[in-house]
Amino acid sequence: METLTAVLITVIGAATPLVFAATGELVAEKSGVLNLGVEGMMLLGAVAAFAVALTTGSATLGILAGAAAGAALALVFALLTLTLLANQVASGLALTIFGIGVSALIGRSFVGVPLQRLPQLDLPGISDLPILGPLLFSHDALVYLSILAIPATIWFLERSRAGLILRAIGENHQAAHALGHAVIKVRYLAVMFGGAMAGLGGAYLSLAYTPMWAENMTAGRGWIALALVVFATWRPGRLLLGAYLFGGITVAQLHIQGFGFDIPSQFLSMLPYLATIAVLVAISADGARARLNAPASLGRIFYPEA
Amino acid sequence: MRPRLEARIGVSGAMVYVTPVLAVVLTMACGSVLFAALGHNPAAVLYAFFVQPISSAYGLAELTIKATPLVLCAIGLSFGFRANIWNIGAEGQLTLGAIAGGGLALWAGDDASVWFLPAMIIASLLGGAAWAAIPAYLKTRFNANEILTSLMLTYVAILLLSYLVHGPWKDPDGYSFPQSRMFADSVLLPLLTMGTRLHLGAPIALLLALAAWWVMARMFVGFQIKVVGLTPAAAGLAGFSVRRLTWITLLTGGALSGLAGLFEVAGPIGQLLPSISPGYGFTAIIVAFLGRLHPLGILLAGLLIALSYLGGETVQIELGLPLAVSGVFQGMLLFFLLASDVLVRYRIRWGRSVIVQEAG
Repeated sequence: METLTAVLITVIGAATPLVFAATGELVAEKSGVLNLGVEGMMLLGAVAAFAVALTTGSATLGILAGAAAGAALALVFALLTLTLLANQVASGLALTIFGIGVSALIGRSFVGVPLQRLPQLDLPGISDLPILGPLLFSHDALVYLSILAIPATIWFLERSRAGLILRAIGENHQAAHALGHAVIKVRYLAVMFGGAMAGLGGAYLSLAYTPMWAENMTAGRGWIALALVVFATWRPGRLLLGAYLFGGITVAQLHIQGFGFDIPSQFLSMLPYLATIAVLVAISADGARARLNAPASLGRIFYPEA
Repeated sequence: MRPRLEARIGVSGAMVYVTPVLAVVLTMACGSVLFAALGHNPAAVLYAFFVQPISSAYGLAELTIKATPLVLCAIGLSFGFRANIWNIGAEGQLTLGAIAGGGLALWAGDDASVWFLPAMIIASLLGGAAWAAIPAYLKTRFNANEILTSLMLTYVAILLLSYLVHGPWKDPDGYSFPQSRMFADSVLLPLLTMGTRLHLGAPIALLLALAAWWVMARMFVGFQIKVVGLTPAAAGLAGFSVRRLTWITLLTGGALSGLAGLFEVAGPIGQLLPSISPGYGFTAIIVAFLGRLHPLGILLAGLLIALSYLGGETVQIELGLPLAVSGVFQGMLLFFLLASDVLVRYRIRWGRSVIVQEAG
């Protein structure tokens, strides 16, 4: 039982960066913007969080720096695609290439430097409960924040007026514009929210999951987050489920290696990527269902007709 | 008075050529600021980055060697990008080409006949195309997004290569380093000049670029690709099969990337290693856009981006900056290019909007 609990805790760790990054991307996509730069924003968030936490000694400042760095890079993307009307796919790819380079440049002096892991927030009494205590009530602040982000996002998109406007813009930007909604402004905010969340996902990686900095340490998680949004058919609840499923696959892969099965480690490392493809195929095959929640204006450039 | 954008009726012919130059200038300016901020003399960095690497014949040969895989991958990608098919897994297709061609070279052994080289080239074309066929099949059969599937397959391909050089293809006399045996000299690409590493792959890439230009400008399939990309509705009305073009563009891109992979392992590298490319397949995306998705433009862009790799190596040696500087320059270049592209399709107007009577 103890090992099972330990395994489940590592699943939470592997899932949390995906929850952050994918939730942010979901909101941006709901406003009609496809930002493929998640990987780059996560990396910049990871290195910024690590650098600030290390130099100031404050994990909180590190987390804020991670979010700010992700949002700053997202601002570049917003400027390109929303103000200068550049192609969203190409701009997102540029963001990732730039993010990989610039994070490696900034993080050069931090490679191999150890950092205190983000502290667990133990709740007196209930954290000591058997099984449930360590499983549910002894995580760091970012894990709780990532879980809370899901109901908050659902409430925002489904129940709030601002969320309704954001979805309307994502469905039909010309109509929303004609109704007097500020398409560009809302999309700027949605894209920057996406960047901040990707930055938080990166911050979780470099402060808590593996408290260190390494070049390219996201290892494709930003892309998996993008796939998760499709997998979740743009629903935050399913997104949480998907992220934990992927966290499970990542961890299972490590444990199969640990149990001494005679499978080359490289084949096991392929699992998360192959699972992503399998899941994408399964979801996309039923075209009607996959498109039901997809924002109709996703990826289209907005240029006011009148 | 606020600036606003006004759509041009067509694209601006002049701006198509001006904006790449503008992007390069802005990148250099921005790079100078960045290096000054990092405490380096910008002039010294820019000199080491852009001038020093190509101030010798050897340097120019190295530039061509690095441009070869970039041009090959970018030409393949440009076919797809024109048709709005976003294959971003060229790095994986390159890796599979190297595995297929390199595997044949290892199988041939030390006294391989020179006729193995053409067979290796065919194997690499097939290997890359096979890897690209997976996203093509998943896209046309299951409607799965090719951006994500082709990218995920890149990770799988790199892990497959890692398995091969750590496992079955490892050099038994290699002191347990993860690398294959060296290929026989007879199956390496012939060198073109004495004293440099310039190999036969470079002129082949040049010929393929010219062939691609012919396909795009003169052949019906090139016309179909352009129509599908510009106005999918018109392509549908004309009866062009998007499914067929998806297959054609992905397989072409995969085959050319596979060839690029073979040219690396049967050229400058000479064996299989865990890492055979510093991200050529990804950087080729920048090359394709910088070259305006035009084969001749891609030739020029390939040389420029190759310089950014050489420059990155030079500043690493001379100034102790990390290789990642190349990525920073490449990313900035693409940013500025995409940003200045607005001038191609729009003009900047000052002041309030007025009703303009447009022709037609």
